[in-house]
Amino acid sequence: MATPGTDVRGHTAVTDLDLYERMLLIRRAEERLIVACTDGSLPGGVHLYIGEEAVAVGACAVMTDDDFVTSTHRGHGHFLAKGGDLDAMFAEIWGRATGICKGMGGSMHVADVSKGILGANGIVGAGFAIATGAAWGAKLAGQGRVATCFFGDGAANQGSFMESMNVSAAWDLPTVFVCEDNGVSEFTVTSTVSGGPLVERARAFMPATVVDGNDVHAVRDAVGEAVERARAGGGPSYVEATTYRIRGHLEAEQHMLGGGTYRTDDDIAAWQADDKDPIARLATRLLAEGTCPREDLDATEASPPADPELAHTIMFGPA
Amino acid sequence: MARKRLITAVNDALVAEMERDEKLIVFGEDVELAIMGDTRGLVGRFGRDRVRNSPICEQTLTGMAVGLASAGYRVVLHLMFNNFIYTGMDAIGNQMAKLRLMTGGQMAPTITVIAGYGGGNSNAAQHSDTAYPALMNLGGLRVAVPTNSADAKGLFTTAVRGRTPTFFLEAAGRGGEMGEVPDGEHLVPFGQADVLREGDDVTVVAIGTMVKPTLRAAKALADDGISAEVIDPRTLVPLDEDTILGSVAKTGRLVVVDEARDRCSAASQIAAVVADRGFASLRAPVRRVTVPDVALPYARNAEAALIPSPERIADAVRHVTQKQFA
Repeated sequence: MATPGTDVRGHTAVTDLDLYERMLLIRRAEERLIVACTDGSLPGGVHLYIGEEAVAVGACAVMTDDDFVTSTHRGHGHFLAKGGDLDAMFAEIWGRATGICKGMGGSMHVADVSKGILGANGIVGAGFAIATGAAWGAKLAGQGRVATCFFGDGAANQGSFMESMNVSAAWDLPTVFVCEDNGVSEFTVTSTVSGGPLVERARAFMPATVVDGNDVHAVRDAVGEAVERARAGGGPSYVEATTYRIRGHLEAEQHMLGGGTYRTDDDIAAWQADDKDPIARLATRLLAEGTCPREDLDATEASPPADPELAHTIMFGPA
Repeated sequence: MARKRLITAVNDALVAEMERDEKLIVFGEDVELAIMGDTRGLVGRFGRDRVRNSPICEQTLTGMAVGLASAGYRVVLHLMFNNFIYTGMDAIGNQMAKLRLMTGGQMAPTITVIAGYGGGNSNAAQHSDTAYPALMNLGGLRVAVPTNSADAKGLFTTAVRGRTPTFFLEAAGRGGEMGEVPDGEHLVPFGQADVLREGDDVTVVAIGTMVKPTLRAAKALADDGISAEVIDPRTLVPLDEDTILGSVAKTGRLVVVDEARDRCSAASQIAAVVADRGFASLRAPVRRVTVPDVALPYARNAEAALIPSPERIADAVRHVTQKQFA
């Protein structure tokens, strides 16, 4: 399926090339952060989203600036997918006064309230309740807005996950719970600390589905259905997107792990292959379907994004 | 002016503010029937969209308050007893208190949290704490401890109109006390202490529940010829340091009475402020009258033995008035 995505109110048309460009923007921005982390120019640590771009980009494709999202400590992707400004995000990560939060928050707290981005959050699972409260506000305002909570499989073991699903279901709130199941809870394999499938927890309260989180169309369609239901007063939904975290919990984590590991290089390599990587998969599909010419994809790749100022930011960091 | 219970004064302020601002929402544990009485009758008047019983899940309630405020509402969250603050602490300590700074001022959580505090009612250890020291240390919250009906109305109104998350702590055993309340709009600014009784020999700062036993002690001391100046700070964050320092400059002596446990109590903070900024005024060591560093017990006599009484307060005052630095 390669039809242009639109948000359900038809405010913006999100084309496949838009999806591709936005995923690539996130990827290239974070690759720049790897360099910055390595050369020691960043004040603090960064948690990278590489490999999970299809979740944020697919989900945010069906939202407008009026919709709320809560993000995680791994929040650059959500910020950029929801329309946050790259320059302002980079300036924030470099601790500059020109940053989106004036340099007071840093990587783990990028927020742009004008775009409905209620912030990345350093507390795992904090977004459940904040999104639920924002969804309540959205319902009271009666304008069809929704609040989407991005969270990981690690956060799903916080008690507030159940509590927030409970309130959202009891009060028919327009909350969309998007679980980014990347298989790891910081430095611990989630299956070793979780009882039962996560999706079954959600099914007790609301419609719940599992999708291929590295297929941007699958995410967009599943979240689109959830958002549409929420806007129409149908209450909350849960979408679990299966994906994988290519980088560590945080950059340069190997220095903290004393030589220990929690997964193998083969695991990582398998998810980096073209048949798994969300960006390569979209490119392959668009070329195979003939819906997007090679030149367009190449042009995007050569200068992500098309805007030369943003490209400059990615190359050199904030001005 | 009319004589009203403290809790009725809060209720009046809530009604007025809900009428004034249709985006003011009240929710929390049993706010519809309201065991404390402060939110009673609101649901009938304003409907369940604006006044709503919540499930019992404090860690989510405090976070929901942040989300609802982020969506453009003014929020009053009722947590019933301040011990439940501990259950809801993440969104208090990590979200409410920090979001304004972390977002470079983009978010200003317009939240007032109401909770009852203090012992003396055999509510036992988990319903009797005086939890404000923990809140004072979080760095982004205001804390109000009204001690009479007029201040309750005035401080509450100021709290809900503000842009900084505020804890409005009601003495759990004192909501029924009567006092004069100004009619119509009444605002009490934060950071402005009230001198309840003027005196020359010693300054006694009494916080919240401790005002009443302190005034009783001051009366008994006056019979012994000791003139105590009694100050009610009314808000702990911000704290009216100047009024306290001005009084100590006059009396040269300070006793601070606080129902919090001794270690890192509000009394400790006030003592430190006077040591830092008023040391030259002091003619005797500062004394704190507080609760020992243990949980409050259930048995009436055991509980009463730990909470500062007029006798303990008077003893502390006599102690400092008999001391004099060389």
